[in-house]
Amino acid sequence: MHVARRLLSLVLTLVVASVLIFCVIEVLPGDPAAFMLGMNAQPEAVDALRAQMGLDAGLVSRYFTWAGGLLTGDFGASYTYRVPVAELIGDRVWVSLPLALYALLLSTIIAFPIGIIAAMRRGKAADYGIMGATQLGIAIPNFWFAMFLVVIFAINLRWVRAGGFPGWEDPLAAIGALTLPAIALALPQASILARIMRSALIDTLDEDYVRTARAKGLSQGGVVRGHALRNAMIPVLTIIGLQFSFLLAGAIIIENVFYLPGLGRLLFQAINQRDLIVVESTVMLLVMAVVVVTFLVDMAYAIVDPRLRR
Amino acid sequence: MSLLSVQNLSVQIGSVQILRDVSLEMAPGQVLGLVGESGSGKSMTALAIMRLLAEGMQASGSIVLQGEVLDTLSERQMCMRRGRNVGMVFQEPMTALNPLHTIGDQVAETVRLHTKTGRRAALVRAREVLDRVGLEHIGLNRFPHELSGGQRQRVVIACAIALAPKLLIADEPTTALDVTTQGEILELLRRLVREDGMGLILITHDLAVVAEMADEIAVMQTGRVVERGSVDDVLLRPQHDYTRALLAASVHQPVRQVRLESETVLQVRDVRRSYPGARRLIGRAPPVQAVRGISFDLKRGENLGLVGESGSGKSTLARALLGLEPVQSGEIRLGEYLMDADASRALRRRIGVVFQDPFGSFDPRWTVERLVAEPFHLLDNPPPRRAAVEEVLVSVGMKASDADRHIHAFSGGQRQRIAIARALIIRPDIILLDEAVSALDVQVRAQILDLLAELSAKYEVSYLFISHDLSVVRAITDRVMVMQLGQIVESGETEQVFTAPQADYTRQLLAATPRLPEGVAN
Amino acid sequence: MISRNLILGGVLSGLFAVLAVLSFVWTPFDVETLSIPDRMLRPSGTHWLGTDQLGRDIFSMLMVGARTSLAVALASVVIGMGVGVPLGLTAAARRDGLLDDVIMRGNDLIFAFPSILIAILFTALVGPSVWNAILAIGIFNIPVFARLSRGAALSLWSREYIMAARVAGKGAARISAEHILPNIANLLIVQGTIQFSVGILVEAALSYVGLGAQPPLPSWGRMLADAQTLISLAPHMALFPGLAIVLSVLGLNLMGDGLRDVFDPKLKRGRAR
Repeated sequence: MHVARRLLSLVLTLVVASVLIFCVIEVLPGDPAAFMLGMNAQPEAVDALRAQMGLDAGLVSRYFTWAGGLLTGDFGASYTYRVPVAELIGDRVWVSLPLALYALLLSTIIAFPIGIIAAMRRGKAADYGIMGATQLGIAIPNFWFAMFLVVIFAINLRWVRAGGFPGWEDPLAAIGALTLPAIALALPQASILARIMRSALIDTLDEDYVRTARAKGLSQGGVVRGHALRNAMIPVLTIIGLQFSFLLAGAIIIENVFYLPGLGRLLFQAINQRDLIVVESTVMLLVMAVVVVTFLVDMAYAIVDPRLRR
Repeated sequence: MSLLSVQNLSVQIGSVQILRDVSLEMAPGQVLGLVGESGSGKSMTALAIMRLLAEGMQASGSIVLQGEVLDTLSERQMCMRRGRNVGMVFQEPMTALNPLHTIGDQVAETVRLHTKTGRRAALVRAREVLDRVGLEHIGLNRFPHELSGGQRQRVVIACAIALAPKLLIADEPTTALDVTTQGEILELLRRLVREDGMGLILITHDLAVVAEMADEIAVMQTGRVVERGSVDDVLLRPQHDYTRALLAASVHQPVRQVRLESETVLQVRDVRRSYPGARRLIGRAPPVQAVRGISFDLKRGENLGLVGESGSGKSTLARALLGLEPVQSGEIRLGEYLMDADASRALRRRIGVVFQDPFGSFDPRWTVERLVAEPFHLLDNPPPRRAAVEEVLVSVGMKASDADRHIHAFSGGQRQRIAIARALIIRPDIILLDEAVSALDVQVRAQILDLLAELSAKYEVSYLFISHDLSVVRAITDRVMVMQLGQIVESGETEQVFTAPQADYTRQLLAATPRLPEGVAN
Repeated sequence: MISRNLILGGVLSGLFAVLAVLSFVWTPFDVETLSIPDRMLRPSGTHWLGTDQLGRDIFSMLMVGARTSLAVALASVVIGMGVGVPLGLTAAARRDGLLDDVIMRGNDLIFAFPSILIAILFTALVGPSVWNAILAIGIFNIPVFARLSRGAALSLWSREYIMAARVAGKGAARISAEHILPNIANLLIVQGTIQFSVGILVEAALSYVGLGAQPPLPSWGRMLADAQTLISLAPHMALFPGLAIVLSVLGLNLMGDGLRDVFDPKLKRGRAR
């Protein structure tokens, strides 16, 4: 039930999102072809582009051509690069997405233990220390933090390369190249997640069933392991779902610091060159990624919470 | 040898003393009733015995269970006693179980904690225990949300008695339950005590419950035990003034002048109300019939009771009468006009309401003056606000100057008086009292019942008194209706219904209701 | 109950607000005058925080940049609250109705578009400007406030004092204004300070990648973008704008926490136990 309803809402969100993006890119500018070529364009060039983009067709049929193309992996052709957009996105998506997921993983690995420690030492020195540090962590812009990571670890210590991406042929090198950016992205998110973990755990420790468990003879630590943690996961999962969208956005930005050939750099170049087709399809792809991850997190709810398993 | 001996137990938070020199004594297999009003320290006593007090509370005094001193044990050792030597059951069955674990695992947890039993063997044991508490038909792999309140409370009890502890502490175990369910749970506890020779500390605010269950009673007031003794001694020959006052309030009958008039102020005819069923992927489940064809009349000055358990549809009916929700069929007439969800203000002013929760009934940001005058919205030309509010406050026993204060400055009983003032200020024909005294302690309840009786005579207002509490309804109403599954199964003169019930359901309700012995507080 | 958090947060945020306002009438140096000979100077008595690659005084630029950051963040909170709160209150008043469904699905939809994507779409359309940043962050704030106010309002709608107001014949709009809004105002203020700080961070990021404030308008994010290539030569150029972001965001977050403690005594008690 839960799964089916979520799946329905996933499809609906994607459809509406694609209509929105289509409208912004292909309807609002009036004539996208003239818009892309700029003010001084030759009328013949505009006409040629119109024909190439299929702009002579009606709006509705153009939308379905585009949306149908998305489903089959045909994202249209880039005007500036003169290659299919799918080809452009193809390599780059395997930089941005792994980076966001890597950062999500790091953020979770860092946040869980310190959030749990803070909750269990509530009101003690460790709690205050962790809360202060996370407060600071939230305030640090990840791209600024990244610049100093580069200075320290790449330029001064020379542990890693300052930027660029070697490709996935050498997975270790690829992961190495993504490590600094992932750390920079993960730190602020880990701070947020740790605070959520702490407060969720503290809330569940005040629940009646925790008292019941204590009355059975479970120790405070046993209660945290056996009962409170899993219940605290429910609000924590919500935040993890939201974080992916922040991390993907952050990945797009932080690629600039590390000169990573990801979707972000493609997008910014496309904007400068008014390559609307690339912008349209790439944004849609990113929205899809966000929606799908949100859906997966929703599914994780059902695993944690039996009340949703119907 | 005594089972439990508590000597001079005191608890404080900082400099605030919560318990003072509480001493209790229990023999094996005995039931000790621990009674008192809210804030008297009964739950705190239980938690102190379990050594489960919140951080920051200091306890002193000695606690000896089966000859073993508990108060000097380390937390580790104490963990090994909890659940094995002493079990505990709490008030709120809806939240007392972990929503993410199966009931089988939760019962088995007690077994696995204290014995070297594998999961499978522990589940076998859990099955036996659940069978014992009357859940033979409920599978081990069910989750708490799939069970009713009464069933959940049985699971909580199963967790507590899985290892047959010698002492069980039950803190208001039936307060959140319906009368008939309460009867079943009390019966279960009685049986377990008998079969296991287990001692039971039954903590409750309800003297009638202890009267039926306990061997000994300890009465608590503001952190002290003011009186201790056998049930008969304490209930029939109370020594302490506080015990006497408590008993008097429990059987209090307000003095009422009944002046029945022939004018009908409310006429309900064949009212039906259903709610759309749960949402499905496509469409909805079949609708839920909450009220199925109810008819009755209410005369001017009459006090009519409506009794029913949760799910009987009485709250739905109340909302329909107040014009908050539409009805599917039938009609509600105030005088000669139809009341519905679009009723005019002129019609709405004929009915006022007092709700159950003295804490949730008022916007915390408004002054009492504004709160009490809120129904003036229904009048086209309201009288000067301040004077009207002061007058009505005085008539419900508050001070005129209370109008300037905010609601948090008042106790539960005072808030209920203010709620009555709010209902009364536009002089409605009818006041609907929805569990209006259910959340109050017995002494405050008696005062509010007196006030209601006085106001009814003074202003010729009719009451529709909705409650699950039969003794309250009996004390204040002329006629009573018994509601079950959306229908009225019996109605008649109150005394007649209570002394010679006709419907099976009414008989069940009356039989399940705990009663104080004859001769109390005479 | 004024906590240390509140004081510290208030002082920090207040400091940046004062600097921003002061920059309208006075800055130590003019931020539009270039002075190549004075470029990339280290902090000194004359240039408190040094100069950038074009010889402009960094402290003065930070003051003017504070104006941009605070204005963008504030405007986007106003958009988020102005649109989100009425939507949330309406959804709560029509709970389980079609309108509620439409509003909440709309929220989910916006959640699928991170601010950066909205900014990218707008920029592709009308070119980069500070207004894109305001709109992008503002739109992102709408579902935040809509969800918060809906959730808080829903729990109030089941309270008996709302029932009492309905019995007194008051309609949903009037109840929302008289009872609901005042009782959720605290929550909104706390969330407002938090979204304010998020706004500063996102504005900096958008300006950093060139989607936000455009030259000659100074902004913290653009200062960082300029500093990036010179970071080995002149680390102070990157250090101070970043610190300005950290301190202002930290100040607002501390203030939010402090306000929450003031508004919600329950949490305070919880902590004391």
